This record gives sequence, C-alpha cells and structure tokens, in this order.
Amino acid sequence: MLDTNKKLTITFGEEQEQLLDIATSFARDKFPMDKARARIAAAEDFDRAVWDEMASLGWLGIAVPEEFGGSGLGLAEVVTIAEPLGRNLAGTPFVSTTLVAQALLKAGTAAQKQEWLPKICEGTIGALAIVEPHGDWNLAHLDVKATEAGDTLALSGTKTFVTDAASAGLVIISVSLGGGPALVLLDKAALGKASLEKEIVIDETRRSYRLKLDGVTVPRANLLDQAQTAAALKHIDEAACLLLAAEACGGTSGVIDVVVEYLKTRKQFDRYIGSYQALKHPTVDALLALEAARSHLYFAAGVFGQGEEGEIAVRMAKALSSDALAFASDRAIQFHGGFGFTYDCDAQLFRRRGVWCEVQHGDAAYHRRKLADLIF
Amino acid sequence: MSLTKQELDEFREEVRAWFEENKPADPGFLLPLSFMEVGTDEQFYFLRDWQRKVYEAGYLGMAWPKEYGGHGKPQALQDIVTREMIRQKVPFMTNTIGLNWAGPLILNMGSEEQKKAYIPGILSAEDIWCQGFSEPDHGSDLGNAQLKATRDGNEFVLNGSKIWTSLGRHAKYMILLARTKQNTNNKYEGLSFFLIPMRIPGIEVVPIRKLTGEYGFNQTFFTDARISESCLIGKEGEGWQVAMATLAFERGAVGGQAGGHAMMSREVAEVVALARTAQRGGRPAIEDPTIRDRLVQFVMEERSMMLNSARSRIKALNVDRPFSIPMSSKLVGSEYQRRMNQFALSLQGANAAYYVGDDLAYERGQWQRSYFNAFSATIGGGTSEIQHNIIGERVLGLPKS
Ligand SMILES: Cc1cc2nc3c(=O)[nH]c(=O)nc-3n(C[C@H](O)[C@H](O)[C@H](O)COP(=O)(O)OP(=O)(O)OC[C@H]3O[C@@H](n4cnc5c(N)ncnc54)[C@H](O)[C@@H]3O)c2cc1C
Repeated sequence: MLDTNKKLTITFGEEQEQLLDIATSFARDKFPMDKARARIAAAEDFDRAVWDEMASLGWLGIAVPEEFGGSGLGLAEVVTIAEPLGRNLAGTPFVSTTLVAQALLKAGTAAQKQEWLPKICEGTIGALAIVEPHGDWNLAHLDVKATEAGDTLALSGTKTFVTDAASAGLVIISVSLGGGPALVLLDKAALGKASLEKEIVIDETRRSYRLKLDGVTVPRANLLDQAQTAAALKHIDEAACLLLAAEACGGTSGVIDVVVEYLKTRKQFDRYIGSYQALKHPTVDALLALEAARSHLYFAAGVFGQGEEGEIAVRMAKALSSDALAFASDRAIQFHGGFGFTYDCDAQLFRRRGVWCEVQHGDAAYHRRKLADLIF
Repeated sequence: MSLTKQELDEFREEVRAWFEENKPADPGFLLPLSFMEVGTDEQFYFLRDWQRKVYEAGYLGMAWPKEYGGHGKPQALQDIVTREMIRQKVPFMTNTIGLNWAGPLILNMGSEEQKKAYIPGILSAEDIWCQGFSEPDHGSDLGNAQLKATRDGNEFVLNGSKIWTSLGRHAKYMILLARTKQNTNNKYEGLSFFLIPMRIPGIEVVPIRKLTGEYGFNQTFFTDARISESCLIGKEGEGWQVAMATLAFERGAVGGQAGGHAMMSREVAEVVALARTAQRGGRPAIEDPTIRDRLVQFVMEERSMMLNSARSRIKALNVDRPFSIPMSSKLVGSEYQRRMNQFALSLQGANAAYYVGDDLAYERGQWQRSYFNAFSATIGGGTSEIQHNIIGERVLGLPKS
C-alpha cells in the first residue's frame, strides 16, 4: 500500500545539473530538427563521429562503476542525457548500449564484466534482444530457446526490435533454457552466424532489426549468471521504462515547441490560430501533462532501483510520459491542418516517436494495471 | 537563516504534537469546506476562534516581519505548519483573503501606516477581509469593472455593486477594484485599488444562496459610500497593476503568504477507502478492474501535484518554461478535486443519489457536498478556462484570445 501522505522529494545533484545542461546543447547542435529527415534518410544507422564524441564525453560509462572504466554514477544521471536527446529526436545507440551495460552489471559473470564493460565505456555498441514476434510485454514469455549441447548452447527462434544490432559489438538475448529464462551474450562471431533483417518500424529515427537465431551456437561461457536472470530482466525492464519515459518527456517538450511556433505564426480569418481557444486550451493541457510526467520522471530517476517504491515511480513515469507524448503529438498533427498531414511537418516525427515510446515495455494501461496490484 | 534537516524535523514533531492536541473537536454542526463557504454565524465564530488560537501558538505569519505581528522566521517553518494542517485535516484559516492576498499585497506595496493598521488584525482574525473584484456584469473580464469611485476633495464616493463577495457579512475590510476615471482609451487605465472599511454608511451586504442550498457568498451594494483617499493602495489609475499583483498571490504564483490552508481538500486515500466499502456485485468496488484503473489515475495525479511542487524548487529543471508550474497549480489542483469528487459519487451506486441529511447517504452526504463545493475553486479566483488562457499566453507565448 502506498503512503499518499508521505512527503516526496526529488533529488537532483550537481552532476545531473551539469549533464542536463551539456546534453541539452549537444542535442541541439548535433541533432537539429531541420536535419531530422536527412538523418532518417542516411544510409548509416547513426553518425559515427557523433557517437565517438558521446563516448569521449564519458556518457556510455555514466552508470558503470569506475573499476570498469565508467564514472560510477547511476541511471538518474543517464536520464539527464536521454531526455534532451529525445527532445531533438536523436537516433543513437545510447539507450540500447546503456541497457546492455545494465544487464551485464546485474547478471554478467566476473569475466564478462571485465571483458565487456570497459569496451562499452569506450564506444562498443550494445544491443538488447528481449522482445519476440508475439509482442508480449511480459519478458518472461520466451519462445526463443537455448538447448545445451556439451559446452555449447544451440539457439533457435527469432527476436524482434533489436535496435542498433547491425553495428553492435555485442548483443544480449533472453532465451528459455531448460524451462526457465536465461540471458546469453552474443559477440561478433556469433552474430555473424545469425541472420539480421532490417525492420520497418514506425519511428524512422530508430534502426531496428529482426534477429533470427536458428543454427547459431555459442559457448556455454556466454551464459550470464542464471541465478540473476529474473532480477536482471526486471532491472532491464525498469531501466528501459525509465529511459523511454525520459525520451518521451523530451519529445513532448519538443513537439510543444513545434506546435506553439505554428500557432503563433499561422493566421486564419485574420487572426493567429493560437488565439483560438479550441487550439490554445488543448495545447496548455499538453503542457500540463508534460509537467506532471516530467516531475514523475525525475522522481523515478531519484528512487530508481529502490524496491517497490522505485518500481511504482518508474511505472508511473512511463505511463504518464507515454500519454503526454501521445496527446501532444496527436494534437500537433491536427493543429497544423493540411500541412499536419504531410511528411514534411515535424508533428508526424514526434507522433511516430510517441507510438514507439508508448508500446515498447508496456503502454500506459498496462502499467496502470501493474500499479493497481502494487498499490491496492 | 537556513535550518538543518534535524532542526526542521524537530520542528515538524513539535507542530504535529501541537495540532494533535489542540485540533478542535467536532462542533456538532457542518463546517464550511472553504473560506468561500462560510454561511452562518456559528461557523464563522468557530473558525475565527480557531485561527486566533493557531496564531497565538505562533503558527501563522511565521515569515512575516515581527513589527507587524509576524514572527520573522524562515518560510520553511511556515510551510511545515501548513502541510501539517492539511495532513491532520484541521479546519482551514478563515481569514484567507487577508492572510494570503491582501496581507502580502499590503506588506509588498502598502505604506507604513497601512502595514501597522492592517497586518496584526489579519493574523489574529480580529479583522476579516473580503474581496470586491467581480461585478454582476463583469467577472472574467475583470478589467471592465464599472463600480464608480468618484473623487470629492480628499474623499471618494462609491456607487455600484460587487458580487460573489466571500466573507462579506463578516468582513471589516475589503480590497476593492473600482473605476476612478470614465472613458479612458483603454479599460484598464481608469481603475484604482482601495483598502476600504465595510462598516460604513452606504454599504449593504446581501447573502446569496449557493448550489448546495447553504449560504456563503454575498452581493455588496454601494450607494454613495464615502471613503478617504488614504484608502488607495498604489497610485490612482494604477489599480489594474495592483489587482494583477493580488491575483498572483491569490493563485499562489508568487510567494509571501502568511500560510495556513484555505480549503478542505479531499485526498485520493479517502476515495480508495470509499472504494473498499462501496459494493459492486456483492464485492468491494476496489476489486473491479475499471475502478482500479481510475483510482490509479487519481493516485498518479495527486502525486503529480506533490512532485510538481518539489520540482518547481529545482531551478535546473525549470529552465524552458520557468513559470509553468507555479502558474498552473491552481488549475491543476482545482480540476483534480472536482473530478475526484465526481468519481467518488460514481462509486456509491444508487446511493449516490442521497444528499446531506439522509441517513443512508455515504458519510452523511459529505461527498455530494464536497463535489458541489469543488466548483468554488474551478470558478472562483479566475475560472479554469481563464487559467488556460493565462497559461497559454504567459507560459507558452500564444497570441491573446
Ligand atoms: C465560490 C465563489 C467565491 C467567490 N468569491 C469571490 C470574492 O470573494 N470576490 C470576488 O470578487 N469574486 C469572487 N468570486 C467570483 C469569481 O472570481 C468569478 O465568478 C469568476 O471570475 C468568473 O466570473 P463570472 O462569474 O462573471 O463568470 P463569466 O466571466 O461570465 O464566465 C462565464 C463562463 O464563461 C467563461 N469565459 C468567460 N470569459 C472567457 C474567455 N475569455 N475565454 C474562455 N472562457 C471564458 C468562463 O470560464 C465561464 O465558464 C467567487 C466565485 C465563486 C464561485
């Protein structure tokens, strides 16, 4: 049961403040909105030079302990980067790589951590393969199988929405092994044997792949600590929700800017359309939804990983931020009139991003359902 | 002066204990739910005594200057008190208009004499204040107020009417927006702002019955009522600016209030408790998935307000639209209350149709009454629609409607 009387505080440290400031300028410089379509059309999955810069800024190791080459902070600091990147619809492997590092930290063996975490901090891209064609949000629903054959594991089945897989130096996949869930690490060699197909996804700033694992074998040593699998899956799920919430809050702020700009400049019946309350009031409602979601986001960042309190907070942040972006971007299309129906209008970019953020790792209704069971 | 966490915690303990010990017993009659609904003398005297007791204990106007009856202490202490009052659901501070908008206004721009004359009585509830802004024909369009204040030597003569005057029957003073000049280029220019006495010849206060059937606000009629020019606050002709400053205090967009709560808010925990006793198909309503979903949404909303207030204190998290949270808190809070109360009725099944007085009504009909009273805040102090306009224009920079 939730103590609704408890005084809630948001912790926001100096590192977060600095990172938010730097990341806001970085996102504006490197991912200007007027180049969004050029970024979508680019043959490369992402801009390598920008990625290298992100690595050299130390952003890939923010939530990695110092002993592995990171800066020993946490996901609360990662949020301050994911949010501004989301505002400018950046497409980078930042989130997937961060999540892979989290999986390793939670369930990797000592050797796996030693080998991979320092590489990740330096820019090796990680991809996470935990979703399957059935599309179920329950990460324990696993059709992909690993079968033991001596010192190797034979894999079968297909993973979906494996973002940034083509550039990944490692992929962590969830499998069913002997009836229970397990996590397995695929390196370049193993990936070479799998088939990777580019997926056509609604958010065109993302690079998503379908990973077909039939015929792939990996050494048993690639198994992460099985005793930690359940905890790791829960951790990854919550971390993904937190970072998706950050991207969605950023996106909501971004699309509010887009629609406000239009409402201030477009005239009909000799008046700026922003003077019409049928447009003004819903735009204010979008702002209120953003403010609420953002307050939940930074609260969830502060209590991340703190048992039930952390879980409740992150589910609330995810639910409210998906709804905020959905509403703001949906109205943004409508409020641009005919132009809103075009590919050229930025509103669609945010709407597409909104659907992605909403349906990955559970939509608002799904999280509210979980929350009801946690709270009542 | 900044206090350590330990000092704040100790203070909270002290305050908690004081209110637990001193909170008034059930008076045996229904108390109003806000300062806008004080309808009977017994309600009024009960609330006035209660405010005086809180003030005398040192828990009101804690951050106001000592020379006018305040305590010159850090705002953080007053905030602790106000939160504790809300938490313990003790009766609200009835002189809200004085404590939270006339008071800070006078401290901010009043003369030394005005501060000396008015502030102590505001705190002790000796002098109740009311607000004369709205008129029968001009409410949202406040800048169009027409009540006439005509200069006659060093006096002004008041003629016209103000309406929806909360606390008007009990008030000794009023903050008044009146027109001192006719036919100006723009409607705002002819306005002036006054601190006026209520108990003078030519002022008549007539109670108005509100939607709950009780009394609360009033209409105030002015017929050749004479006031001294020393009642002016701010310059003659600059009343609009003063009114705007007052509204900023009223809506909580600017700090400086004496503290204490102004209304009894419902909490989601009470709705959850209701959902545990209300029935659906012979089972507690809280087991119904659609009801659970709605409840979760209210839990999240209530948290949003607390978290917004926490986040508004972190500068780095309010860079893009710095006034967004303070300017929207009235809108968000009042609409939340209205919808939550409405939902609470829907939980009660057929019995939601009972009203105060019927012994089958849930909790003696309190939810029905608080639902109706919730509109006081979605209409009073600038309607929710007007709040949307203000936020759209001032926070988002949208063109005026
Ligand atoms: C319980 C209570 C206590 C009050 N106490 C006081 C008091 O003590 N002193 C005092 O001076 N006043 C008081 N008021 C008055 C209150 O401030 C006004 O009722 C309010 O500002 C609305 O004005 P109105 O009643 O004239 O409604 P109107 O302005 O006529 O509004 C009618 C409807 O039209 C909408 N509307 C009006 N203009 C616009 C616009 N530009 N855009 C969109 N929608 C618009 C409104 O939102 C409303 O829904 C109180 C009101 C209540 C309910």
